[in-house]
Amino acid sequence: MTSLTPGTKSRTRNFHSEKFDFASFFFTGLTGLATLFILGILATILINIIVNGWKGFSWHFVSTIPKKDFFDINTTGVLPMIVGTTFRVLVMTIFVIPVGVITAIYLTEYAASNSLITRIIRAAVNNLAGVPSIVFGLFGLGFFINFVGKNLDALFHNPSAVWGQPALIWASLTLAVMTLPVVIVATEESLKAIPPGLREASLALGATKLETILKIVLPQALPGIMTGGILAVSRAAGEVAPILFTGVAYYMASLPTHLSDQFMDLGYHVFVLSTQSPNIEQTRPILYATVLVLLLLTFALNIVAIIIRSNIRRKMRSLH
Amino acid sequence: MPRVAVAEAKPNASPAAPFIQIESLSLFYGASKALKNISVTLGEKVVTAFIGPSGCGKSTLLRCFNRMNDLIDSVRIEGAIKIGGYDIYGPDVDVIELRKRVGMVFQKSNPFPKSIYENVAYGLRLHGVKNKSELDIAVEKSLHQSALWDEVKDRLHSSALGLSGGQQQRLCIARAIAIRPEIILMDEPASALDPLATARIEELILELKKDFTIVIVTHNMQQAARISDQTAFFYLGELIEFDSTRKIFTNPAKKQTEDYVTGRFG
Repeated sequence: MTSLTPGTKSRTRNFHSEKFDFASFFFTGLTGLATLFILGILATILINIIVNGWKGFSWHFVSTIPKKDFFDINTTGVLPMIVGTTFRVLVMTIFVIPVGVITAIYLTEYAASNSLITRIIRAAVNNLAGVPSIVFGLFGLGFFINFVGKNLDALFHNPSAVWGQPALIWASLTLAVMTLPVVIVATEESLKAIPPGLREASLALGATKLETILKIVLPQALPGIMTGGILAVSRAAGEVAPILFTGVAYYMASLPTHLSDQFMDLGYHVFVLSTQSPNIEQTRPILYATVLVLLLLTFALNIVAIIIRSNIRRKMRSLH
Repeated sequence: MPRVAVAEAKPNASPAAPFIQIESLSLFYGASKALKNISVTLGEKVVTAFIGPSGCGKSTLLRCFNRMNDLIDSVRIEGAIKIGGYDIYGPDVDVIELRKRVGMVFQKSNPFPKSIYENVAYGLRLHGVKNKSELDIAVEKSLHQSALWDEVKDRLHSSALGLSGGQQQRLCIARAIAIRPEIILMDEPASALDPLATARIEELILELKKDFTIVIVTHNMQQAARISDQTAFFYLGELIEFDSTRKIFTNPAKKQTEDYVTGRFG
């Protein structure tokens, strides 16, 4: 029975709806399709790489330093590239995390929210995030190598260029500058998520602002900082443009051991294999295998960081 | 006559020794005047209650005593607050020293995400106590004094966040008294707690006043009548009346006070 009162929607006695809600069904379906679409793309890429790369992938492949002709499947290997990529990401992390965290602490805890300095820093961080990777490469060349490096060489009276040329340290620093916004934003978010009551409680007990930050705020923010680190590592591991002029080499006969060494790199090697190969049919398996190694390495670096972060979270939850 | 239970007056009810002297204190948030020319003297080792409707400035005044208002950029103070004779807004006052002697318990309990032990030991460690047995003794004493020891003695190293609301607030009290302040400021400490937990906090306050001077802000008039020795009634940033609790609740001098305590407004 429906109500006959004018101005009301029709009401049923048993609470059953009279018509089918097409709009909700359609929208739910649309979001489901979008999810399937994205998963489908990811699956296509991954399956393609795994299926094609598995043939060339072997323990020998990842542990051998190749001869200069790394297009030859018998003498090829990616050990120097793995080492180079890992080193440059690790050195980048050593620089980007402290600088990013300190900047975020300044912006969140110390700076007055509307002062000119704060607005300038925020604008700088935002703009930094939008700079194309290749521009970072040129910056690295112009600033780190031609300015800092050359002056370091002059300072140490090096007879030939040691620092004033492409090197692991400069590539890592360039990557650090590039991923700084990611770390700053992630750290700021985690700092803001800490309730102000905790800071007040600490100050009311006679702690200084610095003590409060070091003993209460930072430990709480650690998982968020690690998230920033994970994002930075994921991005940096695959970047090629910033390292093109700042440290990567076409071929090195030995592994990089010193910050002033040049290095080989997985991402760059993929580029080389794709464009410089004399016989693409022969090189294709090596190419796919290299891509697979790059994905696995990024995956492994992320897993390590995620495990460390969840350990920290677990410790925070139980006891301290 | 307001029907409110009032604690029996002490047999020799002499006025308490002057301890916190507020002299012509005004506080500005930017251009707006939140506290208007307040002058009053609070006694030592008694419980003083600040009552009044929302927005009357009682919490703002409370936060002046340990200079927590310094954290807000736009705040400006005129006048003086003297504790034990020394102006706490004087030029060479170390805020850290002040906060060691004037502790605070907040409305919403805010234990650190650490163990119960580490929460209580936090202030002690801040001020240089490193010796483990000293810390153990001080932590136990504070937890005893805040009536929490029996409930937590077997799980001192488990997270403080696992305690109930009332227990967390008692932990915050233990944390505050661990560094032996002279004054404890309480900003509506029981307002978020159920009646049973509230009753325990009130019992606790009556015990604590043997060793500490307590100033408590409360919305709950009956609570003020139950536990305080002196009461100050505030309205719109002004101190309307200050007297012994018994007088405020049974025979107030000002009509505004009487209207508030009898519930005609607020």
